[in-house]
Amino acid sequence: MKAPWSATARQRRQAGQGSWWSGLPGVVYLIALVLLPLILIFIYSFLSRAKLGVGVKWQFTLTPYTELLYSESLSGGRSFDPTYLQIIANSFWYAIITSVVCLALSIPIAMWLATRPPERRTALVFAVTIPFWTSLLIRTYSFIIILNDNGPINGFLKGIGIIDEPIAMLYTPFATVVGLVYTFLPFMILPIYASAERFDFRLAEAAYDLGAAKWTVLRRVVLPSIRPGIIAGMVLVFIPALGSYLAPELLGGGKTSMIANVIAAQFGASRNWPFGAALSVLLLVITLLVLVVFAVVAKRASRAAGRGGWEALI
Amino acid sequence: MDASASALSVRDVTKTFHTPEGGLVHALDSVSLDIAEGSFMVLLGPSGCGKTTLLRCIAGLESPDSGQIALRGQRIDDMPVWRRRVNTVFQSYALFPHMTVAQNIAFGLQMDKVPGDIIKVKVEESLDMVHLSGLGSRKPSQLSGGQQQRVALARALAKEPEVLLLDEPLSALDLKLRRGMQSELKRLQRETSITFVLVTHDQDEAMAMGDQVAVFNAGRIVQVGEPREVYLRPRSRFVADFIGEANVLTGVLDTFGLVVESLGLVPRDRLIADTDAASGRVHVAVRPENVSLQIDPVGTAKVTDVSYVGGDMRVEALASAVSIVSRVPSQGVQPPRIGDRVSISFAEGSLTVVAD
Amino acid sequence: MTNHSTKTTGSKKTTGSKPAARRQRRSRRGVGLGLRDFPTFKAVSYLVFAFLYLPLVFVVAYSFNSNRVVSVWRGFTFSWYSEVLGNDDIQRALFNSLRIGVVATVVSVVLATGLAIGLLTMARAGRTFAWTLIGAPLIIPEIVFAIGTLALFVQSRIPLGVNAITLAHIAFCVPFALLPIRARLRGVDPAVYEAAADLGAGEFTIFRRMTLPLLAPGIVAGALLAFIISLDDFIVSYFLAGPGGTTLPVYIFGMIRNAVTPGVNALSTLMLVASILIVSLSYLLARKRR
Repeated sequence: MKAPWSATARQRRQAGQGSWWSGLPGVVYLIALVLLPLILIFIYSFLSRAKLGVGVKWQFTLTPYTELLYSESLSGGRSFDPTYLQIIANSFWYAIITSVVCLALSIPIAMWLATRPPERRTALVFAVTIPFWTSLLIRTYSFIIILNDNGPINGFLKGIGIIDEPIAMLYTPFATVVGLVYTFLPFMILPIYASAERFDFRLAEAAYDLGAAKWTVLRRVVLPSIRPGIIAGMVLVFIPALGSYLAPELLGGGKTSMIANVIAAQFGASRNWPFGAALSVLLLVITLLVLVVFAVVAKRASRAAGRGGWEALI
Repeated sequence: MDASASALSVRDVTKTFHTPEGGLVHALDSVSLDIAEGSFMVLLGPSGCGKTTLLRCIAGLESPDSGQIALRGQRIDDMPVWRRRVNTVFQSYALFPHMTVAQNIAFGLQMDKVPGDIIKVKVEESLDMVHLSGLGSRKPSQLSGGQQQRVALARALAKEPEVLLLDEPLSALDLKLRRGMQSELKRLQRETSITFVLVTHDQDEAMAMGDQVAVFNAGRIVQVGEPREVYLRPRSRFVADFIGEANVLTGVLDTFGLVVESLGLVPRDRLIADTDAASGRVHVAVRPENVSLQIDPVGTAKVTDVSYVGGDMRVEALASAVSIVSRVPSQGVQPPRIGDRVSISFAEGSLTVVAD
Repeated sequence: MTNHSTKTTGSKKTTGSKPAARRQRRSRRGVGLGLRDFPTFKAVSYLVFAFLYLPLVFVVAYSFNSNRVVSVWRGFTFSWYSEVLGNDDIQRALFNSLRIGVVATVVSVVLATGLAIGLLTMARAGRTFAWTLIGAPLIIPEIVFAIGTLALFVQSRIPLGVNAITLAHIAFCVPFALLPIRARLRGVDPAVYEAAADLGAGEFTIFRRMTLPLLAPGIVAGALLAFIISLDDFIVSYFLAGPGGTTLPVYIFGMIRNAVTPGVNALSTLMLVASILIVSLSYLLARKRR
């Protein structure tokens, strides 16, 4: 028998498995095309607006950040302007609603998937992932068809006589949230499913045996055990939802801008790259903070998860 | 042993590993060993004792920190793996999953630039040798564990190595198959007269297969010898305990014999003859089959357990603080019962002095 | 892409406890025992599947609608497909998309294969750094990545267009290409490489005759995933397209913006079919046992 420490990196290298430098081209490439753009965005956020609007003027300024809170009138005076704060708040709000709706839908389906026979399970899980692999643009667009005034939903409601006039659903915050939920649902289902699959269903049986009712078992035995999956799902949904561009753009009809739409506008029609860069930095900082918060929660959760199931019973 | 007469000679090989906790472990602590040409050497020891590390050092999969390894008198320790005329049968077989059985066997020959038509013949011969003719076009995954084992053997033997290394080759097989493969391996070794070095932690396997057995403990070789010799004359308490079952007794040795606490005097002729040198307080080992217990109402010991192991009867008796195990063929013996008083005697020349 | 070993152990547990659960279900309380038959779970699951697939079904269905008004059904027709496929601009966009997709796939797969192998022997700090870089395109908002690369290209005077899009796509295709390759690599018994060396193979021979063929299914699966990701990308392509770099999704976006005609549905249907076919192929390859 081999001692556990004998599988060292050194030994593996001898075994003809290639060596670390084969990863070098990939690392260099990603530095150039992932790290460098981020650094550039950070630098841009402290520069001045170019005259023609494309690019930046290399002159240090904090204006892009003050623009978040103040608007400058033509006469040069500054006044507090909550427009962008409002948009940031909106973005948070949409991301929160999206995460919560996704969570509510995902727990039942994840549990259901985890209790299917193994052969069917793989196929069903794959079925959950398929929409993710189709074009985000087309997925978002499909809701224009479904939610518009002449679309199948309004048609159906009119057909059975519930309404006379179509309900305006497209180009509303509702449409945006539906689009977001649709886009990110698989990201919530999959990690929760991964946790649920590892759940030892004998624990539930033990709980029943000790006299717990069905909902109690769900709440006190199952949920604590799948908490790591729930936390992972929240991260995977909340973060991209916060930075979403397409759903508000296509389904919100310009009425429900999120941060990403404002950023895009600065690099397009508004031609204020430094301000767009500052917003991007803000979005990145928020993303990182959210990651850190979830990482702390997850650590606590995983520590609790080991005992959780049994502690809940006692 | 003269190093030039040996197929493989290992001199003062030391190998240390760093544990993840930052500690140092001596996997091999100045190990020396000579393996005779055409012999079957078994490296035996508990897990983590360094025997696999030695095998990997010989193969070139691990490089020793210091020491020398020579193959037929020629140093190989700084030679890369692929140039050593030594081949290995891996514990996990390590068959190439994307190649057929025939391609697996051919691989090593291709590396030696053997012409294609000769490879074909050799592959057939090798398959024949391990009784797998006709299975050349199968993938390893379509074979049973025992068959995979044979392919791994054929693949290594096809290169006609000077030494064949086998790393726990039978540990993945079930007991029945293992017995069959043991005699199969011995047959192959006799027929090819290639030097075999086999690593195992199974003492029965070591006894059954080896011409020579090297017993490892904690990175050192503690005894080398023929299986019978190692079994009957263990040099240390570790060897006595690790190989088979042993009673290890403590007593005081003088010219009359050995005085063992609560057993009394054991006559000198019960000890192996050449223990003259030792005297004073010693440990002795004796195998259970050399211990006999007679029912005796005034005996010194009391039977505490009786069980049947194969055709043998195994009896445990307690003489005040000393526990003694005896093992005798069960046929034609009046079995003692638990609680019976017995007297203890040892066969002539059966006790051997061991180091602690 | 989930770990196979946990999958099998998980399944064993559930199947193992199943008869016991059944027995108890009958005997205790008369109420359904076990989470297997929580009625809400099943109902919600069916609804979720409907929610996931109905929008796509509508896109496909309306692509055969003869009415110019997209979502009012009039009759069945194939005419939108011939109209779309005959359009020069669409053909040009398709060609751009394919060209970007193929180049981005090839480069990202080469980089990912190198990374998969290199990550095994990298020192701890290097590994953490590499993983951060690989994971970054997945976690940073796509819009930030898009404008970041836009800034990079403008700053370094790399002209926007097909080549710029390709360079950016490679970066976010790497993680998708990497996952199946890595899964494959981890499934290989390291002793196989040792055995090859033991039988006389040098480093290069081991790479050519062991590593590459063993990784091949993972490499193909990774390539397929990278290709879909590149083909379907909209946001990054939109910002980097410049005048001549219109890709299929960028073109579709323009169509949606201007006037939604059933032609969008036809084009979308074609892209959906392509994506689903490719991902299914990748899935089958990744599952294939040696």
